Amino acid sequence: MTTTLKAPVREDGFIAGFANYIDERTSISGAVKEFGRKVFPDHWSFMLGSTAMWAFVSIILTGTFLTFFFDPSMAHTTYEGSYLPLKGMAMSTAMESTLNISFDIRGGLLIRQVHHWSALLFVATIGLHMLRIFFTGAFRKPRELNWVIGFVMFILAMAEGFTGYSLPDDLLSGNGLRIIDGMVKGIPFIGTWISFLLFGGEFPGDKIVGRLYSLHIMILPALLIVFLALHLALMVINKHTQWAGPGRTNQNVVGDPVLPVFAGKAIGEMMIVLGLLFTIASLFSINPIWNYGPYDPSPVSAGTQPDWYIGFADGGLRLVPPGLETYWLNHTWSFSIILPLAVIGLFIITVMVYPFIEAWITGDKREHHLLDRPRNAPTRTAIGVAGSIFYAVMWAAASSDLISTHFRASMEGIIHTLQALLILGPVIGYFLTKRICLGLQKRARSLALHGIETGRVVRLPHGEFLEVEVPVDDYERWTITNYVDQGPIMLRPNKDGRITGGMRFRAALSRWFFEDRIEPLTKTELEKAQHEHGHH
Amino acid sequence: MAEDEHGGELRTAHSSDRPTNVGTAILPHDGFEDPGVEPHRHRITDAQPERAKATERVLIILFFVSIAASIFAIVAYFAWPIDRNDITSVRANNLWLGLGIALAMLSIGIGVASWTKYLMADHHVIEARHTTRGKPATRARAVEIFATANEESGFGRRTLLRNSAIAALVALPLPGIVTLRDLYNGNNPDPVSELSHTMWAAGTRLVRDPSGTPVKASDVTIGSVFHIVPEGLLELEHGMLEAKAKAVVLLMRLPQEQLKELPERKSWSYDGIVAYSKVCTHVGCPVALYEQQTHHLLCPCHQSQFDVTEHCKVIFGPAARPLPQLPIAVDKDGYLIAQGDFSEPVGPSFWERRNDYNA
Amino acid sequence: MFNAKKAGSAKRARRTQRRRAPFATAALLGAGLILTGGAYTAIDQGTRASAATESQSAETVARGEALFQSNCATCHGMNAVGTANGPSLIGVGAAAVDFQVGTGRMPMQANGAQAPVKPVQFTAEDTNALAQYVATLAPGPGIPEKEYLQADGDAARGAELFRINCAMCHNVAAAGGALTEGKFAPNLQQVTPAHLYEAMATGPQNMPVFNDANLTPEDKRDIITAIRWQTDVTGNIGGYNLGSLGPVSEGLFIWVFGIGSVIAMTVWLATRPN
Repeated sequence: MTTTLKAPVREDGFIAGFANYIDERTSISGAVKEFGRKVFPDHWSFMLGSTAMWAFVSIILTGTFLTFFFDPSMAHTTYEGSYLPLKGMAMSTAMESTLNISFDIRGGLLIRQVHHWSALLFVATIGLHMLRIFFTGAFRKPRELNWVIGFVMFILAMAEGFTGYSLPDDLLSGNGLRIIDGMVKGIPFIGTWISFLLFGGEFPGDKIVGRLYSLHIMILPALLIVFLALHLALMVINKHTQWAGPGRTNQNVVGDPVLPVFAGKAIGEMMIVLGLLFTIASLFSINPIWNYGPYDPSPVSAGTQPDWYIGFADGGLRLVPPGLETYWLNHTWSFSIILPLAVIGLFIITVMVYPFIEAWITGDKREHHLLDRPRNAPTRTAIGVAGSIFYAVMWAAASSDLISTHFRASMEGIIHTLQALLILGPVIGYFLTKRICLGLQKRARSLALHGIETGRVVRLPHGEFLEVEVPVDDYERWTITNYVDQGPIMLRPNKDGRITGGMRFRAALSRWFFEDRIEPLTKTELEKAQHEHGHH
Repeated sequence: MAEDEHGGELRTAHSSDRPTNVGTAILPHDGFEDPGVEPHRHRITDAQPERAKATERVLIILFFVSIAASIFAIVAYFAWPIDRNDITSVRANNLWLGLGIALAMLSIGIGVASWTKYLMADHHVIEARHTTRGKPATRARAVEIFATANEESGFGRRTLLRNSAIAALVALPLPGIVTLRDLYNGNNPDPVSELSHTMWAAGTRLVRDPSGTPVKASDVTIGSVFHIVPEGLLELEHGMLEAKAKAVVLLMRLPQEQLKELPERKSWSYDGIVAYSKVCTHVGCPVALYEQQTHHLLCPCHQSQFDVTEHCKVIFGPAARPLPQLPIAVDKDGYLIAQGDFSEPVGPSFWERRNDYNA
Repeated sequence: MFNAKKAGSAKRARRTQRRRAPFATAALLGAGLILTGGAYTAIDQGTRASAATESQSAETVARGEALFQSNCATCHGMNAVGTANGPSLIGVGAAAVDFQVGTGRMPMQANGAQAPVKPVQFTAEDTNALAQYVATLAPGPGIPEKEYLQADGDAARGAELFRINCAMCHNVAAAGGALTEGKFAPNLQQVTPAHLYEAMATGPQNMPVFNDANLTPEDKRDIITAIRWQTDVTGNIGGYNLGSLGPVSEGLFIWVFGIGSVIAMTVWLATRPN
C-alpha cells in the first residue's frame, strides 16, 4: 500500500519557490532522491565517528575565533597586561597575544579552553572509533581504503594538536619542541639538517611558531577536511555496516532513514557534544600558560608531559635503557632515539596496513557488510587487545613521574615495571583475550543448543532430576549462530604443481589465526538435542 | 575428528569444500533460517497519544529553555565584564558565559534527540545494497571510453611522446622542493659548526640567571646550586635564546672528598665547586633537579639521572652520554670564570658528532 | 602540617567561597570542613605551626636543650654532634629547626631520604626553644624577619625566580614533583611563608641550599609572593585546575569524564525507548 504524501509546504509559497530556483540551477532534487532516505543502522557504537566529527566542528569554530586575536610571531615584546606575575617579562608576541586572549578579551579564555578540550576529545573519540572498526572487522573489503584514510586522519589530528599547543610559545610546549628538536637531531644522515631547516637555524630560532601556525590553521585543516570528505563519501557509497542479526544480510541495510530520523539524531548529537565541551571548558581550566611563563631554555617544570595523545611517544622515549649510543663509521648512531622511532614507526605502519594483512591471510575476496562480534574473531580481537596494551604501556610511561608521586613508588621501579610490561603485557593480553573469546563463543553455542539454564530443578515420576531449560527464541539463535566461520587453509599445490614458501607462510599464518575455533551450531545438532530432550 | 564437549566437531575444512573466493571462510551448509527483522515494538508514545503530547510539551519547554540560556549568555557577557584591576573577574565571565552557551546547546541537543527517539516514526526501513563493483555493462562502457581515448590520442602507441611528457611532469615539482632549502638560509653557517661551540670562552665570568650578577666562589656553599649563564648573554640583542639554549650551566659545590674526578679533569673544578652543562644529553631539556644529599641530577622530561660525584655520568634513564663539564677557575677578584668553552658539543647527540672530544 | 593546612585552606576557602557561591554543595562541604578544622584548631591551640617567636633567653635555650636531649639526641647525638642515624645539627641554624619541627617532619618516624610532613609534635613555644638551643651551637640561618613574609613583594620577579630555581622540582604551580628513588618535592601551595623562607635558606633533606648570596631575602620574599599570588588569586582562574599537574590530569579527565559522557550519550541516543 503506497500513499503519496502531500508536499510539506505550500506549492505557491516562498520555500517551494526557493527550492525550485535552486533545483533549476543545481539539479539538487537528484541529491534529495538519492540520499534523502538513505538508511543508517542504529547502534551506539556507530555514533563514535560522528562524535569525533562534531568535536572537529567545535575546533574549527573556536579556532576561527582565536585566529582573530592570536599573533603567531616570535618577535620580542614586554608583557604589560593584567596578569601580575608576568608583568614586565620579556616574551614573544605569540605568548603575549595568548595571555591577552585569556585575560583581556571577554569569552577569550572560554573559547581557548573549549578549543583545547575539544582537541583532547577529538583524538580520543577518533581512537575509540578506530577501536570499534577494528574489533568488529569493519575494515574488511570494501572498506580497506577507508581504514587507511581514517588512520591518516588520526595522525593528522595528532599533528594538529601538537602544532596547536606549541603556538603560545610557553615553557611547557617550548620544552616539548626542544624534545622534538633533540629527537630529530638523533636521526641518522639527515637529522641535523632537518633540525636546522625546521627551526630556521639553531633552536629555538624565531621562525618555528609562524611555521607551525601555517601548518595548524591552513595546511593540516585542509588535509583533514579533504580526507574527511573522502571518508564520508566512501561511507555513503559503501553504505554503513551493520551487526549481523535477524533480517540483516550482506545485501541489505536495516535501520533509520536520514530524513528525518538519522538527521535528527545527528543534530542532537552535535549539540550535545558541543554543549558537553562548553560545560567542561566553563568549569575546568586547561593549559594554564600563565603558570608556565614564556619559553626559556633555562627553566623547566616538574611533570613535563605532552598532551595525552602524544604521550605514547614521550613514554616510548622514557622506556629506553641508558647508554644506547655507538660511534661507528665515523658517525654517532643515537639508538636511544632511533630505537623508539623505529618501534613506534613499525607499530603505526602495522596498524595502518592491518586490513591488507588480514585479507591476505584469509584470502576472502567477498564484500563484508555484516560486522563480526569480537568474540567470533578471537585471534583478531586478541591481536587488537595486545596492540592496545602495547600502546597503553607506552602512554602510561609518559606519566611515570606523576605515578611515582601519587602512588608513593620510586620512579625507577615504575619505569622498570613498564619496561617489562611493554613486552609481557601484550603477550599475556593476547592469550587471555583469545581464551576469553573462545570461551564466550562456547557459552553462546551452549545457549543456542541447550537454552537458558533457569536453575529450576524438576524431579520426574520415575526419579530422574532435570534442570528446566528455556530455549532461546529464533531471533537470538540466529544472532548467535550467524557468523563467518573460518578455518585454516590446507596446502594444495598451485597450478605449476609446487607449494611455494609464500604459500607455506600463508598457510602457517592461517593456522595461527583459525586453528582454535568454535564451529557454529548446526540445525541437525539442535534437532538431535531437542529429540533427546523430547524423550523426557 | 575431535568432539567438543558441547557436541560440536572441531575440524579443518578441506579446501575443495570451499568456493575459491572465500579463502579461509567456511560456508554454513546446515545453518538456520533467517527469521527476518524482528517485529516492531511500540513505544509508549506510540501506544498512548497523551504520553506523546506530554513529551512534546516537555520538548517545547526545553527549546524555550535553550532560547533563555542563549539570552542569558549574552547578558552574562556584559554583566560579568573583565576588570583590568581585578583579574579574578575573568573567572566569573568565563563561567557564566560558558554555562549559558552550554545550556543553550545541551537543551537543543537533548530536545532534538528526544524528538527523534520518542516522537518520530521509528519503523525500521530496509534498503538494498548494490555490489560495489560496477555492473558489467558499466565497466564495459568505461573500458570502451578509455580504449577510444587511447585510440584517438595515440597514448598507448606513441610511447616516447607519452614517456617524455610524464618525465617532464615528474621533473616539474623538483625546483619547488629545492626552494625549501632556504628554510635554513644557505648563507648561514654550517649546522655542525654552530652546534660545536657555545658562548663560553676563556675568562668569561659565570653570572646568575636572570639577574646577570657574577658569582664569587665564596657564595657557593656546600649544597648550593646556582643557575648560570655566561656574562654578556643576557644583554644580547639578537640570538639570546639560541645562545642560552647551549650555554646554560649548573653550578654546585660538593665536599672535595666526595668528588671522584677523572685525572685529566682535576683542574676543571675549584675547591669542590663544579660546573656542568644544564642541557640534557638525551633530547635537550634542562637537567635541573639537583639532589643535595644523593648528588643526583635528574632531568624531569624523561627521567635521565646523572651522578655529580662522577663527572655526571648517566646512572639511569635513556640518556647515553654524561653531561659536558665546564672547566672553571677563579679570577683575581674571586669571581668564578670559565677556563674555556666546553670540550665537546653540548646537548643531544647528532649524526656528525665525533667521539674524540674529551681531553 | 595538619593544622597549617587547615589554616591555609580556611583562608583560601574564604576567598574561593565568594567565587564559587553558586556551587551550593561544594560550599556546604567546604563550610563543614572549615567548622571542624576550626574547632580542632581552637581545641588544639598550641600546635598551630607558625614561625616561632624570636625570644631568646637562657631559660628558652635551657628548655630547648632539655627537649633536644630527650627527643632528638637519639639520632642527632648528644649536643647535636650527629650519629650514624642522623646528621650533625651544628650550624644548621634556628631556621632549620623551625622548619623541620614546625612542619612535623621532625622527629622522623623512620630513617630515610624523604622526611614527609606529618602531624606537628611540639607546641610553638617548644619549637622555638629547640630552635634557639640549636642556634646557640653555631651560627646558622635564623628565623626570617617578618617583613619578608608578608607576600607583598614583586610577584613577577618572584615568579621568574621560581621558574628558574624551583619549578623543576616543585612544578610551575608549586604542586610538587617526583625525585629519584621514591623521593618527592612536596606541594607548596599551603605552606606558610615562614616555612617557605626557611626551606629555601636551609635546604632541607635533598633540597639545595639557597643562601643569601644565591637568593637574597628580597628574592625569597618575591618568590613567596609569587607562590601566594598564583595559588590564591589565579589558581582557579580558568575553572577548577585539576591539581595543576598539567596534561596528564587533563588527559585523564577527558578520558574518564569526557569519553564517559560521550558513551553515555551514544547509548542513550541509540536505544529504543519502550
